[in-house]
Amino acid sequence: MRLHVVTGKGGTGKTTVAAALALALASDGRKVLLMEVEGRQGIAQLFDCPPLPYGERKVAVGPATGPLAGGDVYALAVDPEEAFLEYLAMFYNLRHAGTALNRLGVVDFVTTLAPGLRDVLLTGKAAEAVRRRKGRRHVYDAVVMDAPPTGRIGRFLNVAAEVSGLARVGPIRGHADTVQSVIRSPQTAVHFVTVLEEMPVQETLDGVAELRDDAHGGLQVGGIMINMMRTPMLSQAELTAARNGTLDTAELAMGLKAAGIEDSRSLARDLAADLAEHARAMELQRSERRRLAAAGQPRYNLPLIPDGMDLAGLYRLAEELREQRAA
Amino acid sequence: MSSGQPDTDFGQAEADGGVPAEADAGVPAEDRARPGKNRADQPAATRPNRYRWLDVDRLADDPRTRVIVCCGSGGVGKTTVAAAVGLRAAERGRHVVVLTVDPARRLAQSMGLTTLDNTPRPVQGADTTAGGSLHAMMLDMKRTFDEIVEAHSDPDRATQILANPFYQSLSSSFAGTQEYMAMEKLGQLRRAEEWDLIVVDTPPSRNALDFLDAPQRLGRFLDGRLIRILTGSAKVGGRAYLRVLNTGFSIITGVLTRVLGAQVLKDVQTFVTALDTMFGGFRERADSTYRLLQTPGTAFLVIAAPEPDALREASYFVERLSRDRMPLAGLIVNRVHRARAARMSAARSLAAAETLQNGNGEGGPPSGASAARYPLAEAALRLHAERMLLATRERRLAEHFVAAHPAVPVAEIPARPEDVHDLDGLREIGMSLADEDSPA
Repeated sequence: MRLHVVTGKGGTGKTTVAAALALALASDGRKVLLMEVEGRQGIAQLFDCPPLPYGERKVAVGPATGPLAGGDVYALAVDPEEAFLEYLAMFYNLRHAGTALNRLGVVDFVTTLAPGLRDVLLTGKAAEAVRRRKGRRHVYDAVVMDAPPTGRIGRFLNVAAEVSGLARVGPIRGHADTVQSVIRSPQTAVHFVTVLEEMPVQETLDGVAELRDDAHGGLQVGGIMINMMRTPMLSQAELTAARNGTLDTAELAMGLKAAGIEDSRSLARDLAADLAEHARAMELQRSERRRLAAAGQPRYNLPLIPDGMDLAGLYRLAEELREQRAA
Repeated sequence: MSSGQPDTDFGQAEADGGVPAEADAGVPAEDRARPGKNRADQPAATRPNRYRWLDVDRLADDPRTRVIVCCGSGGVGKTTVAAAVGLRAAERGRHVVVLTVDPARRLAQSMGLTTLDNTPRPVQGADTTAGGSLHAMMLDMKRTFDEIVEAHSDPDRATQILANPFYQSLSSSFAGTQEYMAMEKLGQLRRAEEWDLIVVDTPPSRNALDFLDAPQRLGRFLDGRLIRILTGSAKVGGRAYLRVLNTGFSIITGVLTRVLGAQVLKDVQTFVTALDTMFGGFRERADSTYRLLQTPGTAFLVIAAPEPDALREASYFVERLSRDRMPLAGLIVNRVHRARAARMSAARSLAAAETLQNGNGEGGPPSGASAARYPLAEAALRLHAERMLLATRERRLAEHFVAAHPAVPVAEIPARPEDVHDLDGLREIGMSLADEDSPA
């Protein structure tokens, strides 16, 4: 697998998981490019570095494994305007026209208005990075793309179809077809990040079905990364009791008292209510997991990092992904 | 006027406020929100210190509030909050229409919305005993665009435009069209004067600022130089203008032909020529809607989750709104986690759990015995510690926001284990918004 496209509903930690996947892939001396396409500078935030320019920068070293040193993670924030000018320079030797084009609104038109062109430019940059070679070797062993959210992913990746509404023939259509062949190649997979809640799970299932649909013919769905998973604190029997409100609060209060806590009875009431909520959340988590299983894709479990995501947390998620053989 | 009927006259909306936009710029006037309180008397993990509470009831009850815009980054629960605010205002006596753009299926069903049909429908089950009413509608952006075209051209020309391939992709897939049409629809609903409060949920954009910029961008493009160049010399106007543009013209048509192909250019040109009568109109409409948003009758609610990304985005948005003199009402932090027994700290709770784990509790087995006697209490204490950690982290994030924007009122909505899919759920959210001490 050389191109990993990572999507997910807003708020599920899509950028975090994309970064962790890039780290995991870079773990045995391999060189990985992590790219973002939405202009949010999320990668710079995660790796705690200044905003990324339109250029590939090394942001991290993958974890070392055994005798092998960790590989390098490079990052790129793709800017559609720069990508357009680069495209003109690369294919038409037209870079010098940039200023005039900008002044007359052409750059604005192509990068924000003309339907589909923006996406072709963004996915085109990923395809270029995947295919780029130095001598006979690929420059990057893998490219991880922090892609638009689930609701837009089908359209985003279906560039050829999107552009065909606009350009039935012509050079941009040719370019779109080339990009499409990279995205549809067996070396590309689309991963879905979700949390175990109703709406994100539903969007994941809808997204998987959409990509598998014939209209998107040949898009390969990869793994489902279940992010921010919480571990149950109670046994199954206790969870059931907590949910039904039949927990033994007297026992709970006795335990609290034994731990040296005063006012144990009123505290026991509050904690029992928290436990009941926890039990409901766990039950929901279980049923959402079952729904995800129906998608028939490999699933990877990533724990909730309760005190916030930082570099250490990122390496921890990368380790999880490696152990579960997502990378 | 029926709500489905487009209308270019923005005069009414502008005249309605009567006050220049500057009068209500930035943070709301003192009477919109209560003065801040020092919350130092509250338990540590309940809420950020020294912030102004956002009184949503007061805002929504105020007859001068005519439009509430809910904005924020993706996945923060904008649609749910918009629906909850709309339902609560209606049940407190206002005639409300909720305009949603892309609701989750079950939430849409809870409001009786099953199709994208651009028609406000009464929501069954809303309590109307206070004299209010609730309608809801989902935006059909293509249809809204089609209606503008039909209203502004003769039938032949309208048919020609609607059949144009460039128009078809512009009206159905261009991301900015959704923003433009949402704002257009808002303008229409506002002018219809059938409702006294419109609650809008903004489109799921790449970022929260898109919906402010996209309408103008589209207006600028449709009305701009590029289009005039593309339509060819006949439409440009005077010859002097032509000479200035001549060099630009050849570069542009050259580049566009090479990049897009001649067929696309031809489609664009046909489209623009057919649209000729509407020129000027687009930009004007976008500008008018923008001005409508600046009037004091509008209130922006910025929605965020207690996460770094969402709050950072909320900060940008708050800054942008005040720079553009948009009437910001406040920030709603959605899905806030709180522990009930905030009086006991995470550290203390964890220490107590460890005491029990080691079997050292009073009355427990002698020190050294391995079996924990109170597994339930131990689990409860660990869960509490975890919740306190999460709550503390969320509070810290909210405090960062408050420190940077001390004048912006804030309200919170507690996290719920389940998603909302009925009116009762929306009602509960509305209730927690109205309660200054929730979630305590």
